[in-house]
Amino acid sequence: MTSRLVIASSPHIHSGLTTQKIMGWVLLSLLPAGLAGACFFGARALTVVAVCVVTCVLSEALWQKAMGQPITVSDLSAAVTGVLLAYNLPPTIPLWMAGLGSVFAIILCKQFFGGLGGNIVNPALAGRAMMLISWPVAMTTWTLNGVSGATPLALIKEGVSASVDALPPLWDLVIGRVGGCIGETSAVALLLGGGLLIWKGIISWRIPVVYIAVVAVLSLLLGRTGGVFYEVLAGGLLLGAFFMATDYTTSPMTARGQIIFAAGCGLLTALIRTFGGYPEGVSYSILIMNLTVPLIDGMTKPRILGEVKK
Amino acid sequence: MNKFKIVLNGIVNENPTFVQCIGLCPTLAVSTSAANGLGMGFAAMFVLIASNVAISLLRKRTPDEIRIPIFIVVIAGFVTVIQFLMAGFTPALNKQLGIFIPLIVVNCIILARAEAFAFKNTPLDSALDGLGMGLGFTLALTSIGTLREFLGNGTIFNITVTPAGFQPGLLVILAPGGFITLGVCMAVFRALRARLAERRGRATPEPASGCAGCAVCSICDTAKGGDA
Repeated sequence: MTSRLVIASSPHIHSGLTTQKIMGWVLLSLLPAGLAGACFFGARALTVVAVCVVTCVLSEALWQKAMGQPITVSDLSAAVTGVLLAYNLPPTIPLWMAGLGSVFAIILCKQFFGGLGGNIVNPALAGRAMMLISWPVAMTTWTLNGVSGATPLALIKEGVSASVDALPPLWDLVIGRVGGCIGETSAVALLLGGGLLIWKGIISWRIPVVYIAVVAVLSLLLGRTGGVFYEVLAGGLLLGAFFMATDYTTSPMTARGQIIFAAGCGLLTALIRTFGGYPEGVSYSILIMNLTVPLIDGMTKPRILGEVKK
Repeated sequence: MNKFKIVLNGIVNENPTFVQCIGLCPTLAVSTSAANGLGMGFAAMFVLIASNVAISLLRKRTPDEIRIPIFIVVIAGFVTVIQFLMAGFTPALNKQLGIFIPLIVVNCIILARAEAFAFKNTPLDSALDGLGMGLGFTLALTSIGTLREFLGNGTIFNITVTPAGFQPGLLVILAPGGFITLGVCMAVFRALRARLAERRGRATPEPASGCAGCAVCSICDTAKGGDA
């Protein structure tokens, strides 16, 4: 008979929220964007998502088995990484590339640094950055309904500023009927998922709201073609702001820190979009700000009660 | 010291790249292909053996105070020789390696071995030490170069080995790929060494850290407990 007297250190009350449940909610809130991607890009998009998820989960399990660690794939964090990576890939990406990107994300960016909670950058974004540098052509080939074409932000970069008519209408951006990565195009689906996460208290509103607001204000100040709404809805901003900049491991702990972090992401995104070599800067801006998180955390450390300000 | 052990020491226990972590600048810069790595490794090995022997022969006549300038002059002489030899016989490789051949002069592997070994040992032992260190460096450069060339260009020694549909990942050839590949190779090398030691029932070789990890630890006054 096991003892009924349990002796443990505090805390004694548990909210019941586990990593598995949090990741389950994240997966659920990513579902609408995936459905929109499947709707506009076809079954091929779903295949890419499946390949990424399976490869991520398998590589995490195999790595942990090989290293003699407890296998923790049931916490679903590898599955979330897989889905996020797939959402950041064009639907036409060769499947073996998607698989290699997943292996890179899980093994090199997550497990090498100590697994869940130890990584210094978002694994999905680092996997995408590796793929973008390694296979630039495959990673920037966009198709919609079997026709290849540029993304709205690429059109702005090329300088179709003279005729705003050449850009897809704003309504297409809202529902997601434009060229782009699998999970980034449909604004309404992403807002639905992001809203769910904020409502359930999985993420705080600070990072997404500040991030998007800073991009909006800066695109107004920099006088971007297409206007504020266009800048916010186009590209991967909503996906990045709600689902990737808010990653617990790679975002600051304090409220003040989160606001600094989000403002930095927004500033870098607007600068890369306007002055950088790439049409879109969400993934690199989040990766760069990920690296500053230890500094921000140190800077915004709350003072101990009674501590005198020096 | 056992002659064979001197050679093996440079390849395994004190491998300049994977264990001592010295000479990393040319390692990262020229290991973009297996042939480059092999060429750079052999060039450095030639200079290492020759300068080790020369410095060992001169060691009783070299005043302590000005030994470093003397080492550099000797090393620079041999680097000039290998540079002319490579320009004459392997012009393509010489062009590929470019500035990194003259830069062998300031490669810290060569200066470290002159200071730490050749200055205190007989010419024969110094030659063997140069051979071992050179082989260790060549082994490291060639393995990193092979891996980077395979993943980043789809070839090994310029022979295509990957299926037609494979598009090589450019990242591996670029500078960040160099750092990542070096780190992975280093980890694999040390893990294999630890496993081998465990199987033979010896203590796992702890990676030296801090002051003890320095390449000239064996001759440093600070490490012996004296003042710096």
